Amino acid sequence: MDVLMLSRLQFAVATMFHFLFVPLTLGLSILTAIYETMYVRTSDPDYKRAAKFWGKLFLINFALGVVTGITLEFQFGTNWSRYSKYVGDIFGSLLAIEATLAFYMESTFIGVWLFTWDKVRPGMHAFFIWLVAIASNISALWILIANGWMQHPVGYVMRNGRAELDDFMAVVTNKFAALEFLHTVSGAYILAGFFVMGVSAYHLLRKNETGFFKKSFSVAASFALIFALLEAFTGDASGVEVAHTQPAKLAAMESHWETGSHVPMYLFAIPDPANEKNSVETLPVPDLLSLLAFHDPSAEVKGLKDFSAADRPPVTLIFLSFRIMVGLGTLLVFLAAFGWLKRKDIERYPGYLRLMMYAIALPYLAIETGWVVAEVGRQPWIVYGVMKTADAVSILATSQVAVSLAAFVALYSFLGAIDFYLLAKYARKGPIH
Amino acid sequence: MLETIWFILWGVLWAVYFMLDGFDLGLGSLMPALAKDEKERRIIYNAMGPFWDGNEVWLITAGGATFAAFPVAYAVMFNGLYSALLLLLFALILRGVSFEFRGKIDSPGWRSLWDACLVIGSFLPALLLGVAFANIFQGLPIDNEGVYHGTFFGLLNLYGIAGGVLFVVMFMLHGALWLAVKTEGVLQGRASRFASRLWAALLVTAVLFLVLSFLATRLFDNYLKMPLLWIIPAAAVAALILTRAFMLRGAYGKAWMSSAATILFITFFSVAGLYPDLLPSSLDPGYSVTAFNAASSQLTLKIMLGVALVMVPIVIAYQTWVYVFLRGKVTEKDLAYEEAY
Ligand code: HDD
Ligand code: HEM
Ligand code: HEM
Repeated sequence: MDVLMLSRLQFAVATMFHFLFVPLTLGLSILTAIYETMYVRTSDPDYKRAAKFWGKLFLINFALGVVTGITLEFQFGTNWSRYSKYVGDIFGSLLAIEATLAFYMESTFIGVWLFTWDKVRPGMHAFFIWLVAIASNISALWILIANGWMQHPVGYVMRNGRAELDDFMAVVTNKFAALEFLHTVSGAYILAGFFVMGVSAYHLLRKNETGFFKKSFSVAASFALIFALLEAFTGDASGVEVAHTQPAKLAAMESHWETGSHVPMYLFAIPDPANEKNSVETLPVPDLLSLLAFHDPSAEVKGLKDFSAADRPPVTLIFLSFRIMVGLGTLLVFLAAFGWLKRKDIERYPGYLRLMMYAIALPYLAIETGWVVAEVGRQPWIVYGVMKTADAVSILATSQVAVSLAAFVALYSFLGAIDFYLLAKYARKGPIH
Repeated sequence: MLETIWFILWGVLWAVYFMLDGFDLGLGSLMPALAKDEKERRIIYNAMGPFWDGNEVWLITAGGATFAAFPVAYAVMFNGLYSALLLLLFALILRGVSFEFRGKIDSPGWRSLWDACLVIGSFLPALLLGVAFANIFQGLPIDNEGVYHGTFFGLLNLYGIAGGVLFVVMFMLHGALWLAVKTEGVLQGRASRFASRLWAALLVTAVLFLVLSFLATRLFDNYLKMPLLWIIPAAAVAALILTRAFMLRGAYGKAWMSSAATILFITFFSVAGLYPDLLPSSLDPGYSVTAFNAASSQLTLKIMLGVALVMVPIVIAYQTWVYVFLRGKVTEKDLAYEEAY
């Protein structure tokens, strides 16, 4: 493998690993803040214990989110230095804004929250965790504005041999980025909701602290259901945006080869990229793809054959990832809805509770496959239509990147295993009396 | 003009990072020498516990500001120093997780594993930062395309190592003083004895580093051109002397602040000597990456300046508030606290 492939692999390992922890941070910080606020409002000590219990799990997860983020911040320079020179004028500033607006607040107040349970009034203490939750979500906004610019660059001019900023407001109000943000954070809230429901299910099945875990479950079920419904809407809007801005990605998502109008959607298909067709296509729903992509049953949808083979992303991977995400999205709505409807006597449904313990894994899978669709689907472009990934990579020796990639994999597997073990250990232990 | 302002801000961000994370890194490196038992080790963890993460963000911002204001410098520096930088990041990862992991499983072997990670994860960054910056001061082998022609081991030259030792000693002194501020009794006594020895060591290494800088770098050129700049190294010397004076009176808080000022002024001293270069080239001064040939567009510099002028004071305000609010000593009671490390 060459420096380019190794660097891509390394970036994928580093971001996807980072994103195993990010969504729980985004969602569980809010849930913890909600529990603590309910404690302040009602003085019910169960909610204080809930904030402490879920807050502890939040912190175990947070530790890895933080340390894996730092390597990302510097990897644009280490592995994508030609990219950094070419678009740093715009992209660099968005990362810097993220750090000053969000990371300081988040990292400073998490320490304050942790150490001041008995030092400040309860309302003040709840305020600290809200600051952490808000800062995390602000960080997501800015990093996704940065990513949105790579997906759909706006507000720049080509000058002095690089992309220079021309209209900051256009960059900040990029519709692509806004949809990405809404879709990604909703996904993160679903994930946090399922996490809390799954852990609660474990204890409810063991009749451990039933009152406590029913309260946690009920809040999480409402939270997950709201965002699972929203997720379908923002996903649909993202799809329309992709159809307009990145037709090759859309065609790959559906493994759609021939340009045409009134395009159906095949409920089951197997892509065959070598022969530029699908080896199996059955169960067509007439006009559905045209309708979903452009909200018009007669719209023309570009097929992959319109793009030279070098300008197509890897079809099978994207097609499968997209199907998995959407399939899971549908499933999660039903699971959350059932939990919400039966939340009053949820302990009477052991089969469902057992299912929910394992369902914790599902939103993780949906989120990671979603990123594969967005990022791999953008290939061969690093900045869509502006710069190719192959032109972006740093000047390095193959051995350097091979060694660092191996080090990433080894270190991350080691730390990841420990972190998930500790999460499971403290989740099982339950709240302190 | 904007380029110069950003050059100064760039120096300030790195200086504040060294000043703040410096005490965590120094204290982490010193832990095996300072702590004799489990209770003392826990005191050390809790003395840094609420602060290290907020301190580390200054590194992220220093890197981010380099990217935003001087993208070419960001690209050349991190591409060129690839292996050293990743080693630094891996070390910081180990440091960061050791806080969270250490107390979560009740076994001595487990705790020593994370203690070792804390020490390595603190010592290595201190050393590597010093080595990297010394090499920048003396010039990196970069050509007119910004391509780096050196190797990782090439960084370990005499001046580079002197820079590494300087950073380690400077941070260790800073860390020992922090522990003296946060503790009382035996531990405080031990921290202050260490601080005395480290102060002497810092004096020697700093003088040595200055002499070597004179021989190995062009840092002094600006001082000859603009004698007013000598105020900066003079302030560094004054701060270093004050550190000792406060230590002798047992005023550890003030000694720590003087040591913070020492770190700030030593960094400013080098940055002022560097101007306008961000990354001088040792192959040909004409190939150097400067604040002018590496800068972002005027529009980006302006917007980022606006962001910095609003946000950095706010950050400094709330971080200061946190330091003041959590200023007390780490006591037995704090260790019994449920959330303590
Ligand atoms: C701000 C920019 C940004 C953001 C927020 C993300 N990425 Fe990304 N991603 C890139 C910027 C980028 C990149 C620098 O553009 C890469 C490196 C090489 C490339 O082509 O794109 C990339 C590549 C890349 C690849 C490899 C694609 C390939 O080379 O075929 C994967 C799987 C991901 N990313 C996944 C993610 C995940 C899971 C993210 C969630 C945190 C994520 N990306 C956020
Ligand atoms: C590839 C681009 C990315 C870079 C360069 C990056 C950078 C960073 C850095 C440096 C940190 C550590 C901050 C600290 O010390 O507190 C961090 C943490 C974090 N990042 Fe990222 N990040 C990326 C992608 C994302 C995305 C896409 C999101 C959200 C949608 C995100 C959300 C977060 C959050 C919430 C944290 C807090 C820590 C945690 O996750 O537990 N990041 N990131
Ligand atoms: C319910 C049906 C869903 C639809 C129609 C849908 C649609 C989409 C589309 C079209 C994209 C690609 C956008 C791009 O290329 O930039 C995307 C990306 C993504 N999806 Fe989904 N999605 C759905 C469910 C989910 C679920 C349940 C999750 C997670 C819990 C999720 C997480 C993500 C993530 C993290 C991304 C990458 C970020 C982004 O581009 O927004 N999606 N989704």
